[in-house]
Amino acid sequence: MDTQTMLVYVAKASYFLAAVLFILGIKRMSSPVTAKKGIVQAGIGMVIATLATFAITGGHNLPLIVIGIAIGVIPTWLWGKKVAMTDMPQMVALFNGMGGGSAAAIGAGELLKFTSGAETPPLATLALAVIGALIGSISMTGSVIAWAKLDGRMDKRFTFGGQQAVNFLVFAAAVVAGAAIVFWKLDTSLVVVFFLLALAFGILMTLPIGGADMPVVISLYNALTGLAVAFEGYVMQIEALIIAGTVVGAAGTFLTQLMAKAMNRPISNVLFSNFGGGGGATEIAGSQKAIEASDAASLLYLADKVVIVPGYGMAVAQAQHKIWELSQALIKAGKDVKFAIHPVAGRMPGHMNVLLAEAGVPYDLIYDMDDINPEFKTTDVAIVIGANDVVNPAAKTDKSSPIYGMPILDVVDAKQVIVIKRGKGTGFAGIENALFYADNTRMLYADGKEAANKLISELKAIEGGGGH
Amino acid sequence: MIDGFLALYIFMLAAFTGKEIIGRVPVILHTPLMSGSNFVHGIVLVGAMVALANAESPLAKAIGFIGVILGAGNAAGGYVVTERMLEMFKSSKPEKKG
Repeated sequence: MDTQTMLVYVAKASYFLAAVLFILGIKRMSSPVTAKKGIVQAGIGMVIATLATFAITGGHNLPLIVIGIAIGVIPTWLWGKKVAMTDMPQMVALFNGMGGGSAAAIGAGELLKFTSGAETPPLATLALAVIGALIGSISMTGSVIAWAKLDGRMDKRFTFGGQQAVNFLVFAAAVVAGAAIVFWKLDTSLVVVFFLLALAFGILMTLPIGGADMPVVISLYNALTGLAVAFEGYVMQIEALIIAGTVVGAAGTFLTQLMAKAMNRPISNVLFSNFGGGGGATEIAGSQKAIEASDAASLLYLADKVVIVPGYGMAVAQAQHKIWELSQALIKAGKDVKFAIHPVAGRMPGHMNVLLAEAGVPYDLIYDMDDINPEFKTTDVAIVIGANDVVNPAAKTDKSSPIYGMPILDVVDAKQVIVIKRGKGTGFAGIENALFYADNTRMLYADGKEAANKLISELKAIEGGGGH
Repeated sequence: MIDGFLALYIFMLAAFTGKEIIGRVPVILHTPLMSGSNFVHGIVLVGAMVALANAESPLAKAIGFIGVILGAGNAAGGYVVTERMLEMFKSSKPEKKG
């Protein structure tokens, strides 16, 4: 056996090991106890696979490869290290877009090689190169738009008449161009047109989707990138890509379904209908009743059981540390304190849990919607901070509401509700909230951090004998 | 060369594996898990490296080079943000299991 053959065996064995580590890693990441080990394991797999690849590339274009890796790794590593926890969803979108772009680039390179006529590819290889490139391109530009929207660089949804028809035509044109490459003619200009159409479609299909639906979309693009990687893996004949890509594609599709279900919005609705434009919801009678921090603190002082419902607004106000401080004060005073999290609180499912974890809230105080909902009836005070649409009872009662049917936290069942909110505006989806007008609701108008601070000091004053 | 049907079997088995291993993930881990799986498809870097190594023409080299940069960014960025998120999970009862 010559050295090169042996190196190929070593590389193939390393890919096998990497595939096993990836699967074990993802498995471990699905439990809070082992999650940390899981990502480290997957990381080891990645390093092994990358090092092994140097063995089989035989030193061709070695400087370019090393420089490319350095350019890719160093800035993203540094950026990822310092970015705020609230910005994580858009970072995931961006890195996902890079993966999609990489898969598309592999597809482009292979198609270019085929057009030169140096080798005639089998039909399956050619077809998968095209499909992988199509999916990868859509995932790349789509993820970049998703990143721009979540990062606040592109606030508005972009819609125009006949948009769905235009999008469909662009997509159909990309598919036709792809089919023409596979079945008719391997032509360079056709390949270029194909890529332009695919990249354009990724942008077009993401533009009209509102921010509230972005989590589902990112999850979908994550799954798509996985598939693109798997297909290009077949083209490149690298098993690790096929396995890792497919596992991510399947897991990502499943995760997307879980999220869409949590929002009670079929994926087709997310992608093809407009959302968050207000709509014809019924007017809400009554008025919002304000409360002062001192009175809110007395309500808390008298309560035995307190449930805190945080939303993205809390994270924007950077109030999670103060809210945890307030909770600790309440726990010390012998109260039963729980955190209730809606499946889509934050910008992605589980995002709020990460933000609370960052502030030091132990995960066993945090409850999912299904576990906490029956408990609201026995809750003395529910504090809603920065959450809006996910606590809107209109989702259950008002059939004309755009969010009708979405599962919500039954905060309105609590004996008293305190809503901490900066002003009277509507939520992310632009819908009036019936909870804010309920008889048992009091509005504490303040910045989240400031409100938590005041509640802490007022509570201390009451405990210390009330003099202030 | 991986035979077409063999590839189809790999694809089918890997797809079931992907769905099964995250079947019971609690909601609190959805974001880290999405981020973690986002990291795992960073393995595309390996394919891009091989593509660049095989590239002959300047255009092919340029495309391969971009592929390597993007793939490396996916892997590195995906790892860092996932690790940072997972670092934060801790229990209020460290002595007990769960």
